[in-house]
Amino acid sequence: MAGRTRLALMALSAVVALGVSGMIGYHLTHGGAPSAPRYPVGGPIDLTAEDGRRFTNADLGGKPFAVFFGFTRCPNVCPTTLSDLTLDLEQLGPLADKLKVLFVSVDPERDTPETLKEYLSAFDPRITGLSGTPAEIASLAKAYRVFYEKVPTEGGDYTMNHTATVYLMDGKGALTSTISLEEDQPTRVAKLKQLAENG
Amino acid sequence: MLSRLSSARVALRRLFVSPEERIGIAVLAMAFLLVGVDAAAAHEYKIGAIEIGHPWSRATPPGAKVAGGYLTVTNDGDTPDKLVSATVEIAGRAEIHEMSVEDGVMKMRQVEGGLDIPAHGTVTFDPNGLHLMLLDLKGPLVRGTNVHGSLTFEKAGTVEVDYVVDAIGANPKPMKHDGGDAMPGMKMDH
Repeated sequence: MAGRTRLALMALSAVVALGVSGMIGYHLTHGGAPSAPRYPVGGPIDLTAEDGRRFTNADLGGKPFAVFFGFTRCPNVCPTTLSDLTLDLEQLGPLADKLKVLFVSVDPERDTPETLKEYLSAFDPRITGLSGTPAEIASLAKAYRVFYEKVPTEGGDYTMNHTATVYLMDGKGALTSTISLEEDQPTRVAKLKQLAENG
Repeated sequence: MLSRLSSARVALRRLFVSPEERIGIAVLAMAFLLVGVDAAAAHEYKIGAIEIGHPWSRATPPGAKVAGGYLTVTNDGDTPDKLVSATVEIAGRAEIHEMSVEDGVMKMRQVEGGLDIPAHGTVTFDPNGLHLMLLDLKGPLVRGTNVHGSLTFEKAGTVEVDYVVDAIGANPKPMKHDGGDAMPGMKMDH
């Protein structure tokens, strides 16, 4: 009698253990992190900063960061985004020091570090301008799945089409969220606050 | 905030029940709005059947080579017209461009051969779409100043206009009065 009960208990615990491990396995493979992107966005940064020095991930000091790709001969979207980010950082107060903001030029032939430095002096000093060789920019843009292309205009001149999304990356360099053009300030600030707080 | 606003509205309704009183309040509100308009903020030009509404631009960051020009063009006539060219003194040249955002990608396109202004129609140039692209800037656009320019229409001819320079990230102001966000509580839902 006692042996049978023990056997039944063992069988039952085996079933429970199997069930639990199955559930854990299911959650690990299916439940996981719902916001994790299917394709990884981001990659190692190795560019020239506006002060002329090389800038790599080490310069981020493990801080989360917001990164935006644009160019200085951009009449609407880029100055608007930079101006928005400036106001957002102001709103964040001391929390803003817990994150970095990068502006990467997709027009490196015309946006030299000096050009970027001068241009960005109109915005929050915590926004770092980055340029590089066309190949370096292309490599980073590919890692971030950023699209950009030259659009010819009159007299051999050109303007640019480019992805206008601000990418919010955590301290490990993984994408956590984005800010798009049409989002209002409270939404933007809430996202940046979350980024700064969660690292 | 919302409940405070709506209770304030109920209180106002109790105070001003007669149509005369409501008209009176409306007139007073309009008067306040008109006083709030500063001379430079809302301005118009007219040539032939074409009316130009509030040309404006945005201050440029140091070293910027481009800026945007924004305005409305209304054709009161029975025949279509065409904006064929624009000049702005501070810019080497001005082109008509159209910006759009598709799947997060900002796309820029030059409108070639002029822009049609339909009869009895209005075309809006703003930072979110159609705009004048001011290129080869000879200097910065400074907030609070004006930049002089001209617009040439196929039929109506050439009109000289001044663009009011607003802040770097400024948005179009539907009320056309300065400080559009100065009274956030005044957005009425009716």
